[in-house]
This record gives sequence, C-alpha cells and structure tokens, in this order.
Amino acid sequence: MTFDLKRQLPVLALGLVLVVGLFTPLALKLSAFGFWLEVLLGGLMAGVLYSLVALGFVLIFKASGVFNFAQGAMVLFAALAVARLAERMPLWAAILVAVVIMVILAMVIERVVLRPLVNQEAVALLMATLGVTYFLDGFGQTVWGSDIYAIDLGISREPVMILDKWIQGGILINRDDVAAAVVAILLVGALALFFQKTATGRALRAVADDHQAAQSVGIPLNRIWVIVWAVAGVVAIVAGVIWGGKLGVQFSISLVALKALPVVILGGFTSVPGAIIGGLIIGVGEKMAEVFLGPPLVKMFDLAGGGIENWFAHMLALLFLLVRPEGLFGERHIDRV
Amino acid sequence: MTAPETHLHAPTRKIGEVILAVEGVSLAFGGVKALQEVSFDVRAHEVRAIIGPNGAGKSSMLNVLNGVYHPQRGKIRFKGKEFADMEPHRAAVMGIARTFQNIALFKGMSVLDNIMTGRNLRMHSGILAQAIRVGAAEREEIEQRVRVEHIIDFLELQPYRKTQAGRLPYGLQKRVDLARALASEPEVLLLDEPMAGMNLEEKQDMCRYILDANDQLGTTIVLIEHDMSVVMDISDRVVVLDYGRKIADGTPDEVRANQAVIDAYLGASH
Repeated sequence: MTFDLKRQLPVLALGLVLVVGLFTPLALKLSAFGFWLEVLLGGLMAGVLYSLVALGFVLIFKASGVFNFAQGAMVLFAALAVARLAERMPLWAAILVAVVIMVILAMVIERVVLRPLVNQEAVALLMATLGVTYFLDGFGQTVWGSDIYAIDLGISREPVMILDKWIQGGILINRDDVAAAVVAILLVGALALFFQKTATGRALRAVADDHQAAQSVGIPLNRIWVIVWAVAGVVAIVAGVIWGGKLGVQFSISLVALKALPVVILGGFTSVPGAIIGGLIIGVGEKMAEVFLGPPLVKMFDLAGGGIENWFAHMLALLFLLVRPEGLFGERHIDRV
Repeated sequence: MTAPETHLHAPTRKIGEVILAVEGVSLAFGGVKALQEVSFDVRAHEVRAIIGPNGAGKSSMLNVLNGVYHPQRGKIRFKGKEFADMEPHRAAVMGIARTFQNIALFKGMSVLDNIMTGRNLRMHSGILAQAIRVGAAEREEIEQRVRVEHIIDFLELQPYRKTQAGRLPYGLQKRVDLARALASEPEVLLLDEPMAGMNLEEKQDMCRYILDANDQLGTTIVLIEHDMSVVMDISDRVVVLDYGRKIADGTPDEVRANQAVIDAYLGASH
C-alpha cells in the first residue's frame, strides 16, 4: 500500500479530532475518569449496533449495487420474529427459525424485486427497496403484532462493577452489553473468514468487483444475491436480538437504519471494515458530544442543550461528503471523461 | 514486421469437427443493425479470428456467442446443441469462457484469487461445508489450487501470485484475464481484442500464450482483433465483418487477397 499524504489527510484530521475530542473532557477536568470511561463504553455499545446495521447495507451494496433502504425494516422484522417465536419455543430455536425465515425472505426479494429490475436505474432499485421497507414494516405487524415485545436473553440485568480497585467509584457495565459486543465480534470474524477463505466467499467478492466478469466465469448472479441478502438477514437477526433484548422490540428499531446511513457514508459504501469502524466512531462520537459538548453549550449560550445525539452523526456524514465522499475506506471513484 | 507465410503452429495439432456454428444471426439495437445474417463455423482446436474495422460488429458477435446479447434472428449451435436464450454464466457452464477488451478483473482480489474464480464451476461442495472446511471441501480447494498453480506457471505469473490484480500494469492484467478464462478449462475460449493497447513485445508474448493454450491444452480459440497483421500470423481461418455483414471467410492468405476486405480496411475507391 502506498501512502499518499494528501489523500490520507482527512483520515489523519479525523483521527486528531477524535483523540482531542475524546480526551478534552479529561484534560479539562470536566469529568472523572470513571464516568468518562463509562460514556466511552456506552458509545462503543451503541456503535456496535450501528455497525451491524451498516454491515448489512455494505454487504448488499457491494454485491448488487443496490442501496438497501430496507435494512432497518429487516432488523425490525427479524426482531419481531424472534420475540414472538420465543414465546412458544426456546430462544435458540426461535433464532434458528428466524434464520430460515430470513433466508426465505431473501429468496423472495431476489425473485420478486431484484431479478425483474436488474439493469434498471439505481433509483428504480432504491425505490423498490423503499417499497420493501414499508411492506416489511406493515407485514411484520400483520404477522407478529404491533405491541412492544420483550426478548429475554437470560442475562442478568444487574450491572457489574468493574475496576473499582483502580478507579474511584468503579465503572458500571451491563452484562448484556458485553455479551452483545462479544457476539458482534464473533459474527464479524466469522463473516471475514467466510469471505476470505471459502469458494462462495470468493465468488461473492468477485461479484462485488465486477458483475460481467463474474458471470463470464460461471458465477450465477441470482444465487449470489440470494446468499448476500440472506447473510444481511442473519446480520439483521443479530442486530435485532441485541437491540430487542436491551430496549424491547418496537417500531423504532426500524429507524436505526437512518443512523446507519451516516455510518456507511463515513466508512465508505463498499468497505466492511469501514462499516464497523464507522459505526464505532459515530456511536462514541455522539455519546461524547451529548454528554460533554452539551453542558458547555448550555452554559455559554444559555441554550436548552440536549438533542446533540440526534444530529451529530448526520453532520459528521455531511462533513465527510464534502471532504471525502468515498468515506474512510471506500473505493475512490474516478470517471473517465 | 514481415508477415511470415507459414503458421507458427506446431503441426501436431489436429483440427476437429465443427464445434460452434453460427447460422444467419441478426442483431439490432433499435434501428442500428449490429449484425445482419452472419453465418460461420468454428472447428474444434482451431484458432478462428473475427476481424473487421471499428463498428463492424465484432464485439456484438462475441457477446452473442457468450449470451450477453440475444440475437433477434438466427441460430447458434454448440456441440450440436442449439441454444436460444444463452446467459453468460450458462455459457461458462457449457464450456465457453471469455476475456474482456476493457479488462474486467476482480481488481480488489489477488491474482491467485482471480484465477481461482475460474475454477468456481468445478467446485461442488456446499456453502456450509466450505464454511466449516470439512474434509471434502478442503480437499476440493487444494485440488483446484493445484490446477490453478499449473495455469500460473503456464502463463508465467508466478511473481504476481499475491499481488492485487488492480495494481498490475496493463499487459499483465490482460494476462491474468486470460489465465482466469483458461482456469475454467473451457472448450472454446473467446478473446475480445487480446492485443489491444499492447506494445510489440507484449503482443508477441500474448500471441505465444494463445498459441500455447491452443496447442498444449487443445483449447479452441475464437478471437476478435482489429490489428490485422497479428491475427493473420496466428489464425487458421478468419471471418471478416464490415457494417454487421460477413464480407469474407477463409484462410489468412485468402482473406488477405480478398478485394472486399482490402476495400473495407483501406476504404474503397469508387
């Protein structure tokens, strides 16, 4: 890899802003180290969820060039399925059945939506996934109901105190957060192995690079699309179960897709590591901004404060669109004219 | 460069029966007639060239053979079987591989992985078996890898095995494209302007690889070029297209002497 200073400048700048932004509260003694660490961890946990949703986006975008607006709806649908099925069977069985459901859903979407629209304008496909979004939102309610449902992961909700020997007051962390992080790391690791080490993974990467050439070596696009939508479905299940287990399964899960959008802009639409790192940056960034940027603003300008969490990610994404539209790790797009 | 009268082929090669037959194929895009009533055949183990000036319909012809375009009229027979609605990946399954004029490599993948995709069709273990790498899948991967190493040796790509394909210079990318196509052990290999944009040395290398593939692997070659001199040296028979019509068909010497061909290339003085 060659190192091009001018090209890497935005990355370096972002890194610098991150480091300064992260440590300012400590340096200015705005916060005790323990509390600061708690905010950081909280941000990372939220970031893991963003990463998972963004991962679904990236997988589908890479393989089919489709911007899948329905990723959030898929998370909701999967979470609803697991929550309601778990009322009748053990959780692991519910998750297995949900996997089957998501695979079938992938097949149906490929057959009914993607195949007829192949080679159409990107906008047509985007609109189609928008249609899928609303269908899944509604259909999920039709099948599973529209209340708020709980997913019981069987993990104690009692937070644990750690590091209380070293840090005054210690740090409280939730067991389910830790479990979520572990599961997410395992999932990403498994996906990376699948993509790098198996023939199917190689075929997936080939399709992501060049449709035409992939077909010419006998890779059937249709089957690859089913696989990649199914994988995105499985990722949606993991995200849905983690989210649902924490906050309950409800319609607002679907809106997490809107948070994943800035993540993919930040990380790059075609980069799996980008989705993960982008998710973590946005998760941590918005929590830090909310907690440590809000109060000074209130003090200085007599504002009401709050709400920073809602816009921070999108402003960061906007900034990236201006400076580095391909994202941190995306492929640079150069058109020949 | 003086064109040698004799072919560079080793005489061991045996030209076989007709393997691919094009019968009265017409293809139009709206009002533009890309191909009109084109017929020709390709015999097993031969090197068959399709030449013609720019816009003659060469690429269209190749894309019809490959199933990218579907002709409005006419038939194509491959090994005696007629096919109507060919699709690129089905063509690959049937034993027709191709390379691309504007190199379509998997740029983010290593040279080795690129060529491995050519073996994709020969892999039969399921996704789950691959994922957990149980015996058969593992064995299969190793088996395919051996074949791919053979192709890598054959095209002298050893030093670039682990290099990301998109980072190679142009001439080498073309060679990787050829390697990927050969890796699928096709019966017929379609080459879309394999020499385009190359310097003389690269062209000579490419000619050698094509002839070696034809000779040692027995691959039937159908190639498109608009550089006539190169084609004449390596082809057994040549089809000449102009404005979507076939204007000549025969050995390089016959074609070279054909008045219609001379007119098409040099511009007729009417």
